[in-house]
Amino acid sequence: MIKDITQYFRKEMFPHIWCPGCGNGIVLGAILRAIHSIGWEKDEIVMVSGIGCSSRITGYVDFNTMNTTHGRALPFATGIKMANPKLKVIAVMGDGDCAAIGGNHFIHSARRNIDITAIIINNMIYGMTGGQYSPLTPTGKYGSTAPYGNIDQSFDLAALAASAGASYVARGNIFDVSQITRFIKKALLKKGFSVVEVISDCPISFGRINQLRTPVQMLEWIKSISVSKKVWEKLSKEEQVGKIPTGEFLDIDIPEYTEKYQNICINIQQERRGK
Amino acid sequence: MSLKGNLKNYENEKILITVNEEWCKTCGICLHFCPKKVLVANEKGYPEAKNIADCILCMLCELRCPDFAIKVEKKESIVSHGQQNRDLED
Amino acid sequence: MSNKNRLIKILQGNEACVEGAILAGVRFFAGYPITPASEIAEGMAVRLPELGGVFMQMEDEIASMAAVIGASLAGVKAMTASSGPGICLKQENIGFAAISETPCVIVNAQRGGPSTGLPTKPAQGDVMQARWGTHGDHPMIALAPSEVSEILYMTIKAINFSEKYRTPVMLLLDEVIAHMREKVSLPFPEDIEVIDRKRPTVDKEKFLPYKADTDLVPPMADFGSGYRYHVTGLIHNEKGYPTSNTQEIDQLIRRLTNKVELNKKDIIIEENYFLEDAKVAIIAYGSVARAAQRTVKLAREKGLKVGLLKLITLWPFSEETINKLAQQVDLMVVAEMNLGQIVREVQRAALGECRVIPYGRVDGELINPIEILTKIEEEIKL
Ligand SMILES: Cc1ncc(C[n+]2csc(CCOP(=O)(O)OP(=O)(O)O)c2C)c(N)n1
Ligand code: SF4
Ligand code: SF4
Ligand code: SF4
Ligand SMILES: [Mg+2]
Repeated sequence: MIKDITQYFRKEMFPHIWCPGCGNGIVLGAILRAIHSIGWEKDEIVMVSGIGCSSRITGYVDFNTMNTTHGRALPFATGIKMANPKLKVIAVMGDGDCAAIGGNHFIHSARRNIDITAIIINNMIYGMTGGQYSPLTPTGKYGSTAPYGNIDQSFDLAALAASAGASYVARGNIFDVSQITRFIKKALLKKGFSVVEVISDCPISFGRINQLRTPVQMLEWIKSISVSKKVWEKLSKEEQVGKIPTGEFLDIDIPEYTEKYQNICINIQQERRGK
Repeated sequence: MSLKGNLKNYENEKILITVNEEWCKTCGICLHFCPKKVLVANEKGYPEAKNIADCILCMLCELRCPDFAIKVEKKESIVSHGQQNRDLED
Repeated sequence: MSNKNRLIKILQGNEACVEGAILAGVRFFAGYPITPASEIAEGMAVRLPELGGVFMQMEDEIASMAAVIGASLAGVKAMTASSGPGICLKQENIGFAAISETPCVIVNAQRGGPSTGLPTKPAQGDVMQARWGTHGDHPMIALAPSEVSEILYMTIKAINFSEKYRTPVMLLLDEVIAHMREKVSLPFPEDIEVIDRKRPTVDKEKFLPYKADTDLVPPMADFGSGYRYHVTGLIHNEKGYPTSNTQEIDQLIRRLTNKVELNKKDIIIEENYFLEDAKVAIIAYGSVARAAQRTVKLAREKGLKVGLLKLITLWPFSEETINKLAQQVDLMVVAEMNLGQIVREVQRAALGECRVIPYGRVDGELINPIEILTKIEEEIKL
């Protein structure tokens, strides 16, 4: 398996810069396994990221890649996809990247239902800048800018994407790698805006301040707060507090944006020629 | 691994486990979550397949390794990937 | 020039911009509505689908700028248009275009500022923002036409420069010329020069995406063309990967600036009116240059030796011309709809060879010919 995915590496860039036990590498492996199992050519894949530890991912893969500005991966990806709809466009973002500074782009990408796969590596913290709380930091957890505990509510990205107009929405975690690989594969193959949120760890910036110092402790904690969608639905409101549902939340077929746009072009060109 | 590095091989007649010590950051994930306690940390913290006989080829260590530093292969089927691709079935 | 009769049309400035862009090969536009630039988006929304191009109204100007860069990397000539508040939002990704050397054109139909300012009135308060709006040392080309037909030709120039030098180019309009209607004789496609970015010809394995040719500009590959590479806003080496090597950092930043500065001769466009024997020079650009032209006429009727240097390229700056002119004239009056922005550049370039004074107006009204003349008359009496 590893030898299947190392063909996608920019080998000179390894070992990567992420900290020991950082989930970014686990998600990278899952993405590459999914791509390998589909069999896409490197030349047809564009991977776009924003800014953050997670966004460094684009430097490691031998595709057409782009490490853009903080929060803006999706609009860059949108320009690429619209300019050449044949390209397979994947946007990888951090939780701060996607849900804070890029939140509006996320909503509108879903609303357009453009054929882009958004993968959010949700470590529930601003990893790169040293552990400030993000819109996905659970209430009550600590961050360097939430020294007395985070009072903000965290977003439910999956619900947000689904209600904004996406075609496919799933959430998994770095503990169950087979599951996220499967979700990512489905998302990549989906015609429309597809979202996979991966609950991940950051032993350095999240773990230290939240008494989850080692990667193993972090993974155990992630395992303990994750419940499958089916189980989640049976829990009472009180029991749901502090837990995160995983699974597939949406999988529908609705008209896709680049196709709708191409139809506009074809129709108007025919009309003009008819005149 | 097709990649260069400080490769350590652990094997029996059925299984080959390779650890790339140049890439391994000794995070401990692979050994802690190995369901059969096949992997044990050596004095430098790198995983060693001490109990390779117990390995059930679940591949979890390889899938969860954030650093692409551990590889598990079933010897007779190193070419076929039937086993490994199982987890990608829908 | 073809012998066929050219089509004469009455066009609004913003419409001329659309025509120019289409002629120059722009096939992607992303924008967000704002006065006085919206007609450009509206024009593109009609024209681009007819040509199989892409028009997108994005969620904001940040996204518009990002989409434009993405499209350009995918190999399509791309443009956006906005005004002050929106141009502010674009700055972050204009910097990204500069460092990633992605060709694109940003039209700024200037209105009064700061902030929401004067949405429906002209100003020229963004000329320094055009140069230094995004942070860090970076190259910038900015053109400021003053007539509707000039808008058409300068839009083509802007696209061409962006392609040739792989850099963002700003086209500075203002509310007056953006909305003004004038006769334009539309050129045939064969009458205009259209420049496309250089594309790589080396083996795909040997491709170094940020290795420049002797003209300091690296060939650019389209995403999906088989030349796979990494694009980043981080300082990068020739391979396109982030670097912290001081030599590589220095090399990149200097090259980015030099590819424009060392090609000033090609990029600087300026026009002279009655400067041969002038003792007083008006320096003006954009719609104010129209008024200034009239001032020159009025002054000459009175026997005053007044001339005009009309700057069309604002950045890079016409230092050499101004320096020479400063040795000839006694007085330079820099007329602009701001409290003195380009005048500082003029003072810097004049090196004390003549007196340089600003004439500014910031009340939302276009500077008129008489007031420039009055200012000159006052000044020469001193
Ligand atoms: C416009 C802008 N604001 C702030 C920053 C600083 N910054 C860099 S990364 C980051 C947060 C990253 O957090 P997240 O997106 O969750 O990614 P992670 O590092 O956790 O993977 C911030 C705030 C920036 N680069 N750009
Ligand atoms: S700081 Fe956190 S997110 Fe960043 S590399 Fe380290 S562990 Fe990963
Ligand atoms: S999971 Fe990977 S990096 Fe971590 S200890 Fe095991 S081999 Fe090393
Ligand atoms: S394949 Fe499974 S059993 Fe074998 S070493 Fe890895 S985790 Fe342990
Ligand atoms: Mg994060």
